[in-house]
Amino acid sequence: MGWFLVRGWAFLVYLFMFLPVAVVVLLSFNASQFGSFPMTGVSLRWFAELFSNEAILRAFRTSFILGLCTAMISTVLGVLASMALVRYKVPGRAVISMLLIAPILIPEVVLAVALLLFLNFLSLNKSFGMLLMGHVVFTLPFVVLVVQARLVAIKREYEEAALSLGANPVQTFFQITLPLMAPAIFAGMLFAFTISFDDITGTLFWKPGGVETVPTQIFAMLRNSISPEINALGTVMILLTVGLPLLGAAIARRMAGKINT
Amino acid sequence: MTVETREARQPIILLTPALSTIGLLLIVPLGFVVVYSFWLRTATGADQVGFFLDNWVESLTDPFYRDILLNTIKIALITTVVCALAGYPTAYFIARSNGNRLVLLLLLMLPFWISYIIRTMSWINILGVSGAFNWALMSVGLTSEPIQMLYNEATVILGLVHFLLPFMILNVYVSLEGIDRTLEDAACSLGANRWRAFLEVTLPLSLPGLAAGGLLCFVLGAGTYITPLVLGGPTDAMFANLVFEAIITQLNWPLGSALSLMLLVVLGAVVMVYNRYLGMTQLMKGLQ
Repeated sequence: MGWFLVRGWAFLVYLFMFLPVAVVVLLSFNASQFGSFPMTGVSLRWFAELFSNEAILRAFRTSFILGLCTAMISTVLGVLASMALVRYKVPGRAVISMLLIAPILIPEVVLAVALLLFLNFLSLNKSFGMLLMGHVVFTLPFVVLVVQARLVAIKREYEEAALSLGANPVQTFFQITLPLMAPAIFAGMLFAFTISFDDITGTLFWKPGGVETVPTQIFAMLRNSISPEINALGTVMILLTVGLPLLGAAIARRMAGKINT
Repeated sequence: MTVETREARQPIILLTPALSTIGLLLIVPLGFVVVYSFWLRTATGADQVGFFLDNWVESLTDPFYRDILLNTIKIALITTVVCALAGYPTAYFIARSNGNRLVLLLLLMLPFWISYIIRTMSWINILGVSGAFNWALMSVGLTSEPIQMLYNEATVILGLVHFLLPFMILNVYVSLEGIDRTLEDAACSLGANRWRAFLEVTLPLSLPGLAAGGLLCFVLGAGTYITPLVLGGPTDAMFANLVFEAIITQLNWPLGSALSLMLLVVLGAVVMVYNRYLGMTQLMKGLQ
């Protein structure tokens, strides 16, 4: 009886989580010219309009480049820091960990204000560079957490074996450590990319006028009215943000599989 | 250079890039915001450097700011409680399910990965005047005119719950997963019924997860300004909206500095209390 209630409750919660998403996808195929019910038919016209909308395509490019740069920089920083924390006895470890995850604990609005005001004080105006710096700061903790969790699992014996068999430290790093770390690095990059791609809170503070990322573009479009085009954009975003991690997981598993065999 | 000094230097070299990034782009700017909050925005629009308490006096005494701060805390608290009530049984279901737990977790992660702004705006498609809910109501003849259900405090909370619920469920799940299931069986064999075994064994042991999830929901909920902008009415501004207004719209950066520090202190205090009694380990587990 109790279990039955728990199951029903969980079912309702899952429904609550998925219902809005399902409605967005459903409405994006709506033939009617208003983004609303009742649906009058199935059509791909909103996707066609989406892909001919110059502003949205530009936002996509901006988001993509920003996400990619963010992912690369914050993964390099995060992987190096994680290696230090996992592999070495670092004095003041608790403080260092706390500093590295600080951007998660500080409200993003405050982080956004601080960076904007400080860089402006240094006479640096809002720019793509400022956006990139901001995104690196708030994705770094996630990379550190994800990479650390994976790094712990890599045994040091492999490297010691390589070294004792005559490889020098550089060879050992590139031929043993790096391939073993590849799934962790990949997971970190993917995480950083997705978080950067999705961000709006900080982005609205840092973006220069005229530059839009996909979320800020959607936000700007929402001010007018909710057109079916936004739903189509939502569907594309859902496919991307859900598809990428799934693809990433599959690739990571294959990479891990290759190393194990 | 001896091997020992090299061993000691390596972690420092590895940590330097990340720590200097955090230091230069977060810690120093935060310090700067403290300084800036004592400056003054003059009528001409220039910032007067100095030590003025005006921004702080305004932020701390103006009932407008105080009311919005209290309202923000209230909304974040309600959101957290709703997340706990909705999330705990769900996490329990996943942890105790005989089915494929991985699939259930992955399903939960799907909406988690979907863009925050899309998930927030999707409620307009459901509750809006021409949304699914009104259409359903009119189809069955319950109402002839569409009802405006959006743009109030309840829809802000709804949007926040939808955004934050996965954080809660994952944290509770992680702690439930770590509990030895035979403990509950032991309680039962000693005469407790299932419900009592849950209340006196499982629930207390899972409290750290519940607290970690609660902290995340509260802090993230209280720091948002997008949800009230999309799903709230004109009177549903939260504290972060004030910061956004001061910084981006009015360009009153000294006042914006004082306001963002107020938000930081209030939310920071909550994190500190949590850290003092429960430590950060549980929170880190849930985030991984």
